[in-house]
Amino acid sequence: MSTTTDTASLSQWELQPNNPSERVPLVLGDNDFTSVTDTVTELALRRTPQMWYVAFACSLALLSILIVTVGYLLTTGVGVWGNNNAVSWGFPIVNFVFWVGIGHAGTLISAILFLLRQNWRTGINRFAEAMTIFAVCCAGLFPGIHVGRIWLAYWLAPYPNELGMWPQARSPLLWDVFAVSTYATVSLMFWYMGMIPDLATLRDRAKNRFAQVAYGIFALGWNGSNRHWLRFEKAYLLLAALATPLVLSVHSVVSFDFATSQLPGWHTTIFPPYFVAGAVFGGFAMVLVLSIPAREWFGLRNLITHRHIENMAKVMLGTGMIVAYAYSVEFFTAWYSKHHYEQFVFMNRPMGPYWWAFWLMVCCNVVAPQALWFSWIRQRVWMIFLVAVLVNIGMWFERFVIVVTSLHRDFLPSSWAMFSPTWVDLLMLLGSFGLFFTLFLLFCRYLPMVAMAEVKTVMPQAHGEEHGVRFDYQPDPDTPEELRRGHWFT
Amino acid sequence: MSEQKPYALIAEFDSVATIMRAAEKVRDADYMIWDVHSPMPIHGINKSMGLPPTILPWITLVHGLAGAVFGLLMCWWMNATTVPGLSPSVQGYEFMISGKPTFSLPANIPIIFETTVLFAAIGTVLGMLGLNKLPMLYNPLSKSRRFLRATSDRFFIVIEAEDKHFELEKTKAFLESLGPTAIEVVIED
Repeated sequence: MSTTTDTASLSQWELQPNNPSERVPLVLGDNDFTSVTDTVTELALRRTPQMWYVAFACSLALLSILIVTVGYLLTTGVGVWGNNNAVSWGFPIVNFVFWVGIGHAGTLISAILFLLRQNWRTGINRFAEAMTIFAVCCAGLFPGIHVGRIWLAYWLAPYPNELGMWPQARSPLLWDVFAVSTYATVSLMFWYMGMIPDLATLRDRAKNRFAQVAYGIFALGWNGSNRHWLRFEKAYLLLAALATPLVLSVHSVVSFDFATSQLPGWHTTIFPPYFVAGAVFGGFAMVLVLSIPAREWFGLRNLITHRHIENMAKVMLGTGMIVAYAYSVEFFTAWYSKHHYEQFVFMNRPMGPYWWAFWLMVCCNVVAPQALWFSWIRQRVWMIFLVAVLVNIGMWFERFVIVVTSLHRDFLPSSWAMFSPTWVDLLMLLGSFGLFFTLFLLFCRYLPMVAMAEVKTVMPQAHGEEHGVRFDYQPDPDTPEELRRGHWFT
Repeated sequence: MSEQKPYALIAEFDSVATIMRAAEKVRDADYMIWDVHSPMPIHGINKSMGLPPTILPWITLVHGLAGAVFGLLMCWWMNATTVPGLSPSVQGYEFMISGKPTFSLPANIPIIFETTVLFAAIGTVLGMLGLNKLPMLYNPLSKSRRFLRATSDRFFIVIEAEDKHFELEKTKAFLESLGPTAIEVVIED
């Protein structure tokens, strides 16, 4: 990918070295409201880049692998996985935790950065929220199929039944069911609600009847009324405020699956914050992996600017440092506890049979992100892309190390065993990427990939002071009494 | 159906600054059934339009509290009740596990938290749609080609004919005085 090497095509802002006193505009180029709408709707309504078809064909091929392996699993049984008596949680749980983690950056960008008034999120939030939804789809798949008798998976839901049995509310595995399903529902609502005004834009600009009707149904009759906008923005703020503790709770709850057990290597109080930081770290890496090619292929370089990429790289560096700290605290705690089972696990990780997985994790998650300290590297988009890919690999191995190295040698040496994935495990992991990318490419092609309305609010034209025009008409400070009576229920 | 009744008068503007000043004048002219349409939220327009704050946060709060109570009662019912004579399908399932109490608040907090957030979020989204009267299946304004740009790059003031101060010619002259780029009469059908 030749991204920033051709300096001639770069704007002055992209070439500018980091100067914290300089505020880089969030939308580059000679853009106004019309051109922002044109750029974004063009993708959904008219032109499909050639690369989209190539990418879509590849991800459909991967998706079909997933369908075949899941079919094989269902018809044969969970024995097709490499799990055994010692390592009862193998790839399915590793993949589950990995995919749930990927989802977190989306909610972080859309909710936490929104509450913190980080306007740079507007270029990438739609994108990242879509990524969240699709990552949660992939995540939900694995616990769904690992229960063994998948056709009885509905037993996880609390409902009155003739067996007289209810789910066990004291079990972290049930907390997971509630946390992940709530997270999926709230993320989906957040994503869809934020998209309603942009769907209306697509409806109003679509030329063919089918597209008009389809976008029209989902736009719910939105017409840009400011009475509507007022409540819409309030609802968006409230959802962000609800999603913020939610996103922190979800991965904490996922970590409880491990932390409430008594297994050395899992039974740690640092797990909730460590898992959340890791999720944000891996999630931002995935946003970068997706947004760097997408901004090239879909011509979004003025909306997803270099500043966005660089900011995400900085978040990745920051969360990477938290993760590195968590790794060292785990070792310190094991040493300080004088608990010899715990100490054994932490010696076994770097020096035992899975040493390669541990050191791969350290290289990818601790060493590789350090490159982002240097602005010379952050100026080169392809280098950030490379680090992000390494971080994604490293974060997958982190979950592998946590799950497998703690289980394969626990209290009783007589029950020690090794875990090796079968071809079904490997193809299912590959196939889950197919599901993720297929959904993501469909989103890029048919839905507004950039939150147009939100991008417009961060443009200078939105502040009512363009061309030096300021308000000369003094607003009436009191709401007319009649108006108040007419609209008390608003 | 013979004579065409006007549904509304729409005035098009091309910038945020002009529409904000125009909105203040419409507000002060005592129109009631009118609106500003724009492709993005205009911050500060609620003051220019004289809009009172929304009750949406209260809807969220009520739903959140309902979610918390629901989560608490659900956990308690599922694992800590046995009611003699009740059908087994709705009977609680008291299962003693490693000597833990059948109802313990700390162990149920994760689920209570999740139901609180879930109910509050659903309440917020449905509350927003309900207060905005969405989904709106049909709107006479969408017949205007010009008005389609309200979702991309133009700003509109719409004064509906139902307003008691609405008189076609007088309102038209009033809107013209606000300096719009165009004025159009939308016909009801």
